[in-house]
Amino acid sequence: MRAPVNKIIPFSLVDGPGSRCSIFLQGCNIACAYCHNPETQQMCVACGTCVAQCQAGALALEGGRVVWDEGRCVQCDTCIHVCPHRASPKVRYMTPCEVFDVVHSYQPFIRGITVSGGECMLHPEWMGELFGLCREVGLGTLIDSNGCVDFSRHADLLDVCDGVMLDVKAWDGDTFRRLTSSADGAKVVQANLAYLAEHDKIQELRIVVVPGWNDPEATIAGIAGVLGERTGKTTLKLIKFRRFGVVGQLAQAASPTDERMAQLEALAREAGFTDVQLR
Amino acid sequence: MDIITASNLTYGQKLIHLAQAAENAEHPIPTTPEYDWFFERDAICDMHEGNAPYRPRYICCDMERFARQGSDFLRLDAPDNLDDLLMNLQILYQNVPSVTGRPVYVGQLDRVFDPFLGDLSDDEILPRFKRFLNYIDRTVASGYCHANLGPEDTRAGRLLLQADAEVQNAVPNFTLKYDPEVTPDDFARLALQTSMACANPAYANDRMLRGTYPLATNGPKDGYTVVSCYNVLPIRGGAYCLDRVKLSQLADLATSTEHFLNELLPNAVGALLEYMDARIKFLVEESNFFQTSFLVREGLIERERFCGMFGMIGMHECIEKLMGPGHVYGTDPEANDLADLIMTKMTDQVLAWDAPYSEVGGGRYMMHAQAGFGDQTSSTPGVRIRVGSEPEVFFDHIRHCARMHRFFTAGVSDIFPVEPTAAQNVDALLDVVKGAFAVDDKYLSFYPSDSDLVRITGFLVKRSEMEKFARGEAVLADTSHDGEGNWRANALADRKVRLG
Repeated sequence: MRAPVNKIIPFSLVDGPGSRCSIFLQGCNIACAYCHNPETQQMCVACGTCVAQCQAGALALEGGRVVWDEGRCVQCDTCIHVCPHRASPKVRYMTPCEVFDVVHSYQPFIRGITVSGGECMLHPEWMGELFGLCREVGLGTLIDSNGCVDFSRHADLLDVCDGVMLDVKAWDGDTFRRLTSSADGAKVVQANLAYLAEHDKIQELRIVVVPGWNDPEATIAGIAGVLGERTGKTTLKLIKFRRFGVVGQLAQAASPTDERMAQLEALAREAGFTDVQLR
Repeated sequence: MDIITASNLTYGQKLIHLAQAAENAEHPIPTTPEYDWFFERDAICDMHEGNAPYRPRYICCDMERFARQGSDFLRLDAPDNLDDLLMNLQILYQNVPSVTGRPVYVGQLDRVFDPFLGDLSDDEILPRFKRFLNYIDRTVASGYCHANLGPEDTRAGRLLLQADAEVQNAVPNFTLKYDPEVTPDDFARLALQTSMACANPAYANDRMLRGTYPLATNGPKDGYTVVSCYNVLPIRGGAYCLDRVKLSQLADLATSTEHFLNELLPNAVGALLEYMDARIKFLVEESNFFQTSFLVREGLIERERFCGMFGMIGMHECIEKLMGPGHVYGTDPEANDLADLIMTKMTDQVLAWDAPYSEVGGGRYMMHAQAGFGDQTSSTPGVRIRVGSEPEVFFDHIRHCARMHRFFTAGVSDIFPVEPTAAQNVDALLDVVKGAFAVDDKYLSFYPSDSDLVRITGFLVKRSEMEKFARGEAVLADTSHDGEGNWRANALADRKVRLG
């Protein structure tokens, strides 16, 4: 069993508590307008555009696939910038064991791993096997997900997972669709929110505030409604949209103001959240 | 005359420079032709300590004892309360010499203060601590000055961290002796938050360091302290001297790696050991320091608790010159193996040498990875990896550090600028410290990459003060002089920012 691995970051400060190794899988089931890593959204279709432009000669078309020579690569990211398909040729198909060997070598400097994407929930069995290996050596296991895959169908995975860092991108169905191109995403996320809360698997909830594109007031109120008395025990991160890395319609869009963020923080506290962090 | 008429030195700095010039007019220590040969080629170095040592390089008074007993010589009663204690310490500091003319060690302050907090509230203590820290910063005014904390969590320790974060001073440096078995996580987190606010404290692996020296009779329970640029020294004692082999310059003289390993290195090490013997004998037998100092008479230091530090510098360039390009120290296994071999040979030779007046070191000199000073180029500190050649993965860097740290008993260290965002996840820093110390790294320090307070070789300076000195203005702390040159010469602003 293999999964497409876009990148392994040995040390991340921002993917959960403490020092963690982050694993980014390639491929996503939605397409957010504010995506900061658009090159992780799609799988390579072997169009060859990047091969022609690689100055280091690290890419080649072989047998209908783009082959990446990691040794020759100078990490200039030209391939990513010229890709017309929001993909990357620098993807390695790895088994859970292969990824485990890498993350295990980072002990004792990390307390756990976080699998992100793309959307990592597109590879639940693969992740379950990786998490099982990590747990055996005392490494923590977190999922970073957009919540658009039904978690209730993957109870086995949750058994070996410490928690989920869940994005709630918008509350209203139409708003969610406009932002993410996902027809029924809002409903699935809300069902996951209830399911994960019930099983005590929410590590943190995140709302990215994008002026004119989502509905953070409704999202905060909606989440608090679903969580009920658990609201006060749940960490909520309110994240400013930043255009760094963004392509498409929001490439030049402005960030929300500090006043706006403070106003939302106050609203979240009124709704019952006690651990609200602005990022 | 240059010193007397300088426009960028304060009065106090001129006084120190003039004293050095006067000392260097004398030449009481004999040297051998071998020593002279290597010295003239800059392959061994006496750290400009002065030709005629009339005080030890570093003195680490037993400040806890001083806090209990006061001083006959200084006519100070044993303090009754915190205010008495703070005043007594301020007076003592004016009377503790060192190679810089000012104390390099102001005490393990949490242990010194904690018994004197009484029923004072935090609001009463904090302004006192801040005034005291400002006093040290403005009067000692040397980034080589150092205070220690930990490993226990104490009220005084917490308040000192809080005060230090508020005053944002370069002096003194703080080291936290850290042992995850002893230091509670939330005290360690407070320390790391403080490091992200003001580049202090740095972190010493207490588990590994506390056995370095025998304990003083009725003295502190760990027997060691960290001073200056991370010298690990006996408390109630100190270091007579620090001399060093400059491996980069020694490699310039080599015709081959074999020539370096089998002739140059043993000859240079031998010449330096003989010189250290002569230097220490002069200090102990002729200078009259130990015979006359009230610090000895009152039991704040003991001659038997002094050691000599055998230093080395410039491993990175040494390997580069011996092996040529293509073998980069830090990342290339063959380069690292050669460095290991050089250290093994050097350490074996030093530890086979009978050192005079070195009871506290078991009759041996102590190994020290010297971090350099001033605007020296072509020598990366100790066994550090040169700025720009750091391994891509931070953890590989730390493992390399730990491998090389095992040779050093009297201090070795590394400095990592980290992403300012680490302040929002100090647990991540704590994980790194725990991991590093679990793999036997002995000492590390962090500062936020956007900080005004930056570490040079180990000592701390304000970027803004260095810029002032570079414009030709006089500044209070003379470590800004050393820092300014070193910062530029070694491109320290380009250190790889970690934890990104």
